[in-house]
Amino acid sequence: MGLRKRQRMIVVVLALALVGAAAALVLTAMQDKIAFFVSPADIASGTVERGRDFRLGGLVVEGSIERASDGSVAFTLTDGAGDVRVLYAGILPDLFREGQGIVAQGRLEEDGRFRAREVLAKHDETYMPPEVADALKRSGHWQEGAEKLR
Amino acid sequence: MIAELGHFTLVLAMVVAFLQGTLPLWGAARRQAPLVELAPAAALLQFTLVTLAFLALLNAHLASDFSLAIVYQNSHSTKPLLYKFSGVWGNHEGSLVLWVWILALFGAAVALFGRNLPRPFKARVLAVQGLIGLGFLAFSLFTSNPFARLDPAPLDGLGLNPILQDPGLAFHPPMLYLGYVGFSTAYSFAMAALIEGRVDAGWARWVRPWTLAAWMALTLGIALGSWWAYYTLGWGGFWFWDPVENASFMPWLAGTALLHSAIVVEKRDTLKSWTILLAILTFSLALLGTFLVRSGVLTSVHAFATDPSRGVFVLALLGIAVGGSLALYAWRAPALQGGGAFAPVSREGALLLNNLLLATATATVLLGTLYPLLLDGLGGPKISVGPPFFNATFLPLMVPLLVALPAGSMIAWKRGDLPGVLSRLGLAAAGTVAVLLAAALLADTRSTLGLMGFAAGAWVLLGSLNELAVRAGFFQVHPARAWRRLKGLPRSAFSMSLAHMGLGVLILGITATATGQTERILAMRPGETVALAGYEVTLASVEQVQGPNYAARRGTFAVQRNGAPVTTVHSEKRFFPVESMPVTKPGIHSTLLRDLYFVLGDPNSDGAWAVRLYHNPLVFWMWGGAGLMGLAGLVSLTDRRLRVGAPVPARGSRAATA
Repeated sequence: MGLRKRQRMIVVVLALALVGAAAALVLTAMQDKIAFFVSPADIASGTVERGRDFRLGGLVVEGSIERASDGSVAFTLTDGAGDVRVLYAGILPDLFREGQGIVAQGRLEEDGRFRAREVLAKHDETYMPPEVADALKRSGHWQEGAEKLR
Repeated sequence: MIAELGHFTLVLAMVVAFLQGTLPLWGAARRQAPLVELAPAAALLQFTLVTLAFLALLNAHLASDFSLAIVYQNSHSTKPLLYKFSGVWGNHEGSLVLWVWILALFGAAVALFGRNLPRPFKARVLAVQGLIGLGFLAFSLFTSNPFARLDPAPLDGLGLNPILQDPGLAFHPPMLYLGYVGFSTAYSFAMAALIEGRVDAGWARWVRPWTLAAWMALTLGIALGSWWAYYTLGWGGFWFWDPVENASFMPWLAGTALLHSAIVVEKRDTLKSWTILLAILTFSLALLGTFLVRSGVLTSVHAFATDPSRGVFVLALLGIAVGGSLALYAWRAPALQGGGAFAPVSREGALLLNNLLLATATATVLLGTLYPLLLDGLGGPKISVGPPFFNATFLPLMVPLLVALPAGSMIAWKRGDLPGVLSRLGLAAAGTVAVLLAAALLADTRSTLGLMGFAAGAWVLLGSLNELAVRAGFFQVHPARAWRRLKGLPRSAFSMSLAHMGLGVLILGITATATGQTERILAMRPGETVALAGYEVTLASVEQVQGPNYAARRGTFAVQRNGAPVTTVHSEKRFFPVESMPVTKPGIHSTLLRDLYFVLGDPNSDGAWAVRLYHNPLVFWMWGGAGLMGLAGLVSLTDRRLRVGAPVPARGSRAATA
């Protein structure tokens, strides 16, 4: 029985050490590896930290899309309470279009423009990212069923 | 009329599932033979009924019967035949019917092939399968009726989301479901064992082929999904740590742990209650995946419809299945007697380490997947947990697992000789160092993570080859004799090595693609040539073409290497008028060593086209590695020792490890 007890102790110690290590990894990752969601209004109010990744959601302003000759794109996102100019080097998703609600992930630059690494406009033309819907509701620009009419 | 018959058979199947889930349990407890005998018959009848319902649904799709709501919403008369076929499960209601059908299929398979199971035990297994079936049939009939009619019947349908109109996606869901639902058998076996309070080597031998079959299907299902994402989503990635992907990955991790711990139960009669817990957790994670994907909690390609009542229903099912089984576990598991003792350094110890690491890794993935949902549900800030989080938590946990793997698969049972094992792995170690040096010198990238990945992949791959060679005795006896011995090894020995080799190949592929990708994003005019990782790529032309149910703009890229033509690749932007949706089709040219991956984007105002050009090294190795792992499962399933009730021969490896 002594052997079995010792055996069990080793397992328990090993398991605890592992769980501890995993918890440490998770906690460190939570510090800087998760991206918060912000709205254009948050950026306009100047409360957004620079130099770390976050997600920005809003509607693409009509007529704001500019394609440069090097293949990069710039456009403006709005939630009605603030506007942010977004720069993106890459091919926009198929469902990216003016007036569409989209989410961009990236960083805020010193000049106040947002450099996106990833632009998400997913799935179908009636889809509104829930974060964008929330941001619009908060700024009072939400129209019930608006996403269906577009 | 046929649809009504289908609806009727589905209702009948639910009644049969109720009987299957209750009477045999009662009969087994009261030793009433007729009720015990009822279970296999009920399972076969349930399978027949659900098959009829499935065929009725298939008929409606193939015949484009738009009076059926789901056909109207997801089909169109111009849709190609393959997608009318796969359209059956390309929507919420239909995919649920597929789910139930596969569940019934596994029930019928246990009824047919489980001839050597003790009758009361088999009755209990089938009863638990029946109860799961009851829950999901009720879900289907009460919240997601696939046979709901429209009146008046529309003239034509709305079409299927074009992104789903793809051959890879036609087979991804059935494969994935075979895996998800296949773990229900492990769950049912665990529940039956808890009810009887007895787990022994025989139990492990019965449960293993079912777990193996499910694991194999899930492996291939995930690989198919990843492959689809790679060649359709157009940004050259293959895995995004998206919650929906995690939903399928978590049962895979837990199922992998289960496969390994079941071996310990079979060979050494220990780790029993842990194995039972893993069987419960694996299927619970599969159910959680179904909940996440089906409830509309997550927004993704998979969330077809967001109807809150459905989410509540699946959550209730999840609560009953998980809560009930864990309660039964808490009550009965202490009665399970542990088996033989073992030293920490032993095969048992190695498999236990494997289990601890896989379980911890599953927990971190679970945390990363659920945390944003919980935070949002509690009114906290909205966050997104993406690849950086999982790279920082999941990958470090895989390091010790991969380092220990080759030694763990060679070490002896009960008490192992670690220095001895390591000395026999010298060849693999030397090979790994060589690969590491080659990667440091040759590869485009010198990131630490990349080098670690190459080393880990090479160590696992070469270590598995080394293990097989040692087992056959290539370093001790004459090669001809060792060759004969290799051919005489049991298939399960080969399958283990093959699966581990597949993992090594997979890791090499993932590392090369993730760290060695060359990406060029630019605007090109027709006729213009640019360089990409040693190739010269010319945008030859952009023209309009017409597909069966879409119109497309097709870019043709001519590829040369040092002036010699290599290939021509087409990338299309397709527009589907019925669904009024555009879809990008990347153009891909694959070889064993690299993929060229081109995407044609939108035109600029000055006549140039936005294009994305990728050179992805060793992509094929990812699919090949996953394929090897699937093949390993198949090889193991054909091992005669795994057949239920087959006589157990002496372990073939004894000669080599002694």
